[in-house]
Amino acid sequence: MAMRKRLYNVAAIIRGLSITLGFMFKRKPTIQYPSVRKKHAPRFHGLHELRRYADGKERCIGCELCSSACPANAITVIGAENAPGDRRSPGERYAARYEIDELRCIFCGMCEEACPTDAIVLTPRFEMSDYRRGSFIYPKDRLLVPPEGGVGVPPDERPGGIPADLGSVGEKKSTMDPQTGYDATFNGSLLK
Amino acid sequence: MTLPLWFIVLIKSAVLLFVVVTSFAYAMLAERKVMGWMQLRPGPNRVGPWGLLQPAADAVKLMLKEDLAPRTADPLLYRLAPFISLLTAFSVYAIIPFGSSSSGIWAIGNVNAGVLLLLAITSIGIYGVSLGGWASGSKYPLLGSVRSTAQMISYELAMGLSLVGVLIVAGTTSLAGIVEAQKNLWFFIPQFVAFLVYVITAVAETNRAPFDLVEAETELVAGFHTEYSGLRFGLFFIAEYVNMLTVSCIASLLFLGGWIGPFGWTWLPGIVWFLLKVGFFMFFYIWLRTTLPRFRYDRLMAFGWKVLLPVATLNLLVTAAVVALRG
Repeated sequence: MAMRKRLYNVAAIIRGLSITLGFMFKRKPTIQYPSVRKKHAPRFHGLHELRRYADGKERCIGCELCSSACPANAITVIGAENAPGDRRSPGERYAARYEIDELRCIFCGMCEEACPTDAIVLTPRFEMSDYRRGSFIYPKDRLLVPPEGGVGVPPDERPGGIPADLGSVGEKKSTMDPQTGYDATFNGSLLK
Repeated sequence: MTLPLWFIVLIKSAVLLFVVVTSFAYAMLAERKVMGWMQLRPGPNRVGPWGLLQPAADAVKLMLKEDLAPRTADPLLYRLAPFISLLTAFSVYAIIPFGSSSSGIWAIGNVNAGVLLLLAITSIGIYGVSLGGWASGSKYPLLGSVRSTAQMISYELAMGLSLVGVLIVAGTTSLAGIVEAQKNLWFFIPQFVAFLVYVITAVAETNRAPFDLVEAETELVAGFHTEYSGLRFGLFFIAEYVNMLTVSCIASLLFLGGWIGPFGWTWLPGIVWFLLKVGFFMFFYIWLRTTLPRFRYDRLMAFGWKVLLPVATLNLLVTAAVVALRG
């Protein structure tokens, strides 16, 4: 009995050795990150962006809905009246201060859903690491699309934003950018 | 013009030292690579092409690290221990033959009592481990060194006995002579039991997984070299890998025919066959490390004394009887 058990152990060792040897020749799932980038999910929630209209005006009207929708209390908005001569946004008000604490943010996208003017959107950018805590509190000038940057990424027109059969917004062609890893297809088929 | 003997030996030693240190460096890289592959990782691949300069980066790092010594450590022995380990590990290569040609055996010294001298030198290596652990003046290293004395000494018995079987069959204690005796049949066939015992005890002698209780991370932090840092840690590290190379060399010489090719093949030079065999054993040790979990300490002792030692003794008796009866 004891002898049989010992022989069984030897068989187990040989089986273990064969498993590790087999694994040695398997394909490695490692992605060499900085040089090779993984394609993220089409609606990946990353760093925020405050968009503009085509004429350069800010979309944000300082309504603070994003701030109240935020489950993590990460957004601070302080609105102000637009001066008649220097209108920042088409509405009555604009965001005088707009801050997001990205360390508090849980990237749920509720702000994006709450926004009545589609001003705040979550971009797929995720490389935000920094050395100081303070630099994770993004003020308005870091969130806002720079004037030369166009309007920013419209939420519905992001790749895979809304599948074609769910509404007219889906009919617009998405762009594919291999550099940032965008993939225009939704599970490979829906958006063409 | 004939060169004086000491000069030839000096050159041979320098060349050999270079070869051994380089193969240590790449054995280490190979271990990290192979272990990586077996764990579905690519292994180190950032320094140089395919990670080939990783050993150089490691060496620079180890040399630049601070050399710390605990206040409770024995100042002399603590500093001496890594050198004992390293010196014994290297000095073995003075008597290991790597090949033969018409001009003679390729070795620094072809000693008549090669196997005995080899066992004697490697036994001194235990002092490095046990003194290093003891002199650290700290709990975990002490436990590691206590384990090392028990483990290495008890496994050395079985190892010695398994080698005696080979000596009886070969009828010589010269390493080159043993290889010549394997011209027709490699000794791992007639001495298969001794071969198994040797391979197992060799893992234990070099403190490698699954017998690495001397430096068991989960129990003893890092065992006998817990307190060592920088270059002194590096010396222990080199000694461990050089010892691995040594036991692989001995296994190749004594059981796999050294520089004699399989089936009498001679289409590769003898030294290449020898290195291939050594490489096979090195791979085997890495393979074992990735596969097997560490022994429990009492099981280790039970295995050494109740299984390996009786098996090796029995093998020795049977071998001696067969050799005596055949004439």
